[in-house]
Amino acid sequence: MIGQLDFWLMLVLLLFALIALEVRDLLAAVGVLTGYSFLMALLFAELGAPDVALTEAALGAGLTGVFFLVALSFFDRESED
Amino acid sequence: MRFASILLLAAVGGFLLWGSGDLPQRGDPESPASTGISTYYIQNAYHDSDTPNMVTAVLADYRGFDTFGEAVVVTAAALSCLVILLRRRRREDGSETGVFPDLDGDAPGGAA
Amino acid sequence: MKSLTSHYDSLFLHVVTKAIVPLIQIFALYVITHGHYSPGGGFQGGVMMAASILLLRITLGEASYRRFPREAGLAIAGVATLLFCLLGFASVVFGGNFLEYGMAVPGADPVRLRYWGIFWAEVFIGFLVWGALVAIYDALVTGGVE
Repeated sequence: MIGQLDFWLMLVLLLFALIALEVRDLLAAVGVLTGYSFLMALLFAELGAPDVALTEAALGAGLTGVFFLVALSFFDRESED
Repeated sequence: MRFASILLLAAVGGFLLWGSGDLPQRGDPESPASTGISTYYIQNAYHDSDTPNMVTAVLADYRGFDTFGEAVVVTAAALSCLVILLRRRRREDGSETGVFPDLDGDAPGGAA
Repeated sequence: MKSLTSHYDSLFLHVVTKAIVPLIQIFALYVITHGHYSPGGGFQGGVMMAASILLLRITLGEASYRRFPREAGLAIAGVATLLFCLLGFASVVFGGNFLEYGMAVPGADPVRLRYWGIFWAEVFIGFLVWGALVAIYDALVTGGVE
């Protein structure tokens, strides 16, 4: 049961990572990356590492999103490639 | 180029998947990660430091020097961010809006 | 810079921010001080404290510098690093190794000493991460070229 949850979580993680790479709107990319971090935290918690999960949820989903948004507010929203 | 990068990605991913077949099962008591020093931590962390959360005991007590190094690195990162970014701003418009005007010797009004 | 200081002004935003920031900070202090018993510790709690200050910075704009001045971030980080270093040297004075909390006070119970050593280490790490992250954010926002 838990192994199956692992499998689906990793599949959705891969999907989120591909979307974050491919999407043209950089604001949407930051949002998808934040969702990726939340799923990563869920995966860590499910693997039995709540400390790492808390770090990932606070840093990856909270602060890096804010830093990316601040950096984004200096530039255009469209991706070049 | 795009096709080549996708091919490279698939190759590396397949290689890693193939290699992960040899990893020990999660929670395997015979695996190298569970037979070394970690058994000492699991058995003695509570009696040594009265701390139920083993991770905290390892991070802040047994491996305290690692944590101290991490702390110094975080402070150094903040310092270098401030120095690099604030100097650049003062060069651009010449005003004294930075946090530490004395850092830059050649700024107008700064300490020589 | 411009998009962050000329922010979208809304009464709801200000009220909700002022209501939610103390809750975030209380939870962050809980995470820092209960590293012994629950997941978390100095680093995670410090990140939460920094996140609450960043929320103030983004919502209130220039007015937040009155509550948490620009210099405070680096000052907190530096003082916390110095105190962590002194905590490590406290046991060196009485013949122990660096950061060997059990030797810090001669005659006391080493187990309790290590408990309190871990506690203070977590507190210093938490304050250090808090100050450092806010300092990095301020450098990014005020240091950029307009």
